[in-house]
Amino acid sequence: MKAVISVIGKDTVGIIARVSEVLSRHSINILDITQSVLSDLFAMIMLVDITGLDVDYTVLKDELEHMGEGMGLEIHCMHASVFDTMHKI
Amino acid sequence: MINTRDILETIHMVTEEHLDIRTVTMGISLRDCVDSDIDALCQKVYDKITRCAKDLVSVCQRIEAEFGIPIINKRISVAPVSMICDALTTEDVSPIARAMDRAARDVGVNFIGGYSALVHKGLTKGDDKLINPLPYALSTTERVCSSINVATTHAGINMDAVARCGRIIKDIAWRTRDTDSFGCAKLVVFANAPEDNPFMAGAFHGVGEGECVLNVGISGPGVVRAAIARAGDCDLSELAELIKRTAFKITRMGQLVLKEASARLGISYGIVDLSLAPTPAVGDSVARILEEMGLETCGCHGTTACLAMLNDAVKKGGIMASAHVGGLSGAFIPVSEDSGMVEAAEKGVLTLDKLEAMTAVCSVGLDMIAIPGDTTAEVISAIIADEISIGVINTKTTAVRVLPVYGKGVGDSINFGGLWGAAPIMPVHNESPARFIGRGGRIPAPVHSFRN
Repeated sequence: MKAVISVIGKDTVGIIARVSEVLSRHSINILDITQSVLSDLFAMIMLVDITGLDVDYTVLKDELEHMGEGMGLEIHCMHASVFDTMHKI
Repeated sequence: MINTRDILETIHMVTEEHLDIRTVTMGISLRDCVDSDIDALCQKVYDKITRCAKDLVSVCQRIEAEFGIPIINKRISVAPVSMICDALTTEDVSPIARAMDRAARDVGVNFIGGYSALVHKGLTKGDDKLINPLPYALSTTERVCSSINVATTHAGINMDAVARCGRIIKDIAWRTRDTDSFGCAKLVVFANAPEDNPFMAGAFHGVGEGECVLNVGISGPGVVRAAIARAGDCDLSELAELIKRTAFKITRMGQLVLKEASARLGISYGIVDLSLAPTPAVGDSVARILEEMGLETCGCHGTTACLAMLNDAVKKGGIMASAHVGGLSGAFIPVSEDSGMVEAAEKGVLTLDKLEAMTAVCSVGLDMIAIPGDTTAEVISAIIADEISIGVINTKTTAVRVLPVYGKGVGDSINFGGLWGAAPIMPVHNESPARFIGRGGRIPAPVHSFRN
């Protein structure tokens, strides 16, 4: 099962490192990353495989969102099927 | 990898433009609950609802979290309750409403629909038993919603029932006078009522439905308005295309949630209702869409044309996106629940007459309109008759949900809070239609040829 994690906010040192650390700790494999920095606005989107997730999905979601709040970032975690359904015929 | 722009667009729709699933509604048949003893019947009704819907709320909450899409309401609709009342030996069937109320509370849903009767040609004993104590039932329960279908295109209009509905609405208004006649918000009078409508207060599990089925109602006025705003001064052909594309995306989300929820609950999936359902939240308004299309204020000349185009484009986009479309499927224009409508009504631009014209081109009817408390039962019946005629002649669903707010008049307002919103009391024409309503009988079904 795949999920999309989006991280949007002010660019600071260590965003990818901290997000990756959470994912690694929960046995989540990163399949793809795209990121851009426009002015000082950081936007990163990760496609991850959550098949081996070692905690409940909502626990991961809460942990990421909570971490985002602490860093002044908006972190969203959604099933990839949402985007496939909405944007592909 | 999925397109970055698509991902950001979806997130923006949810966080900034109020994209949500308005309701996931479980329809439950109650036919196997028939009994001649009221207590036994009530127990069967309670047991069946709580058994079928025990996981409804938790499954929806789980889907909300996983998919990141808010599901605003989780609700239940049941078979028109009058159908299981015929065999009862008692005359007062309101204990069924209280059993439904308890069941809804215990499974955690905020409303349960289907305390209803279909009386477009006449009343059975069961219909009579349900309708007689209806004001009492609705004023002594919290979550139960009711609807009465008084007309169909094929049967015509049962004007005896229309006359009775006027008196019932007055009675409910009086009984719930301490809460600004809120009880009236839980009763809808229909023409051509759909059997698979997931939206309250008019939801019921139709006679042609299966044992248990899941239906979803989408939302998204804010998303459509934002898309139109971004498009700038394009012509109407382009605008219609844009609305179709947006409706497609919104509906796909509904389809996804419907399939996922029905699979997890182990029941068959029914339909996606394509209605644009507003909320009182700023930006989540159908009136604001019409204004974004180019009207100074909703209710001015041009409103009906804009609404007709909007409604049609939403259907065209939505039908492509869903395997099964049903319910009401149109743009809702409930006054109190739409901040733009409220503002237009307060300015005096949006009137009851204009709203009636608007309902000829969209779902679902005169909805959540507060009128003076001293409006007579005959005038309310005549408002119903007018609105129902539009549905019958045009082979579409129309409905009336008006609140003659006890003790209040034009210049006053009501505020129910939450999704119910607030509204000014709107003036009605007080000249008497009593002789017309007093005639009773039925208005015959309309001819289906020579349509002009």
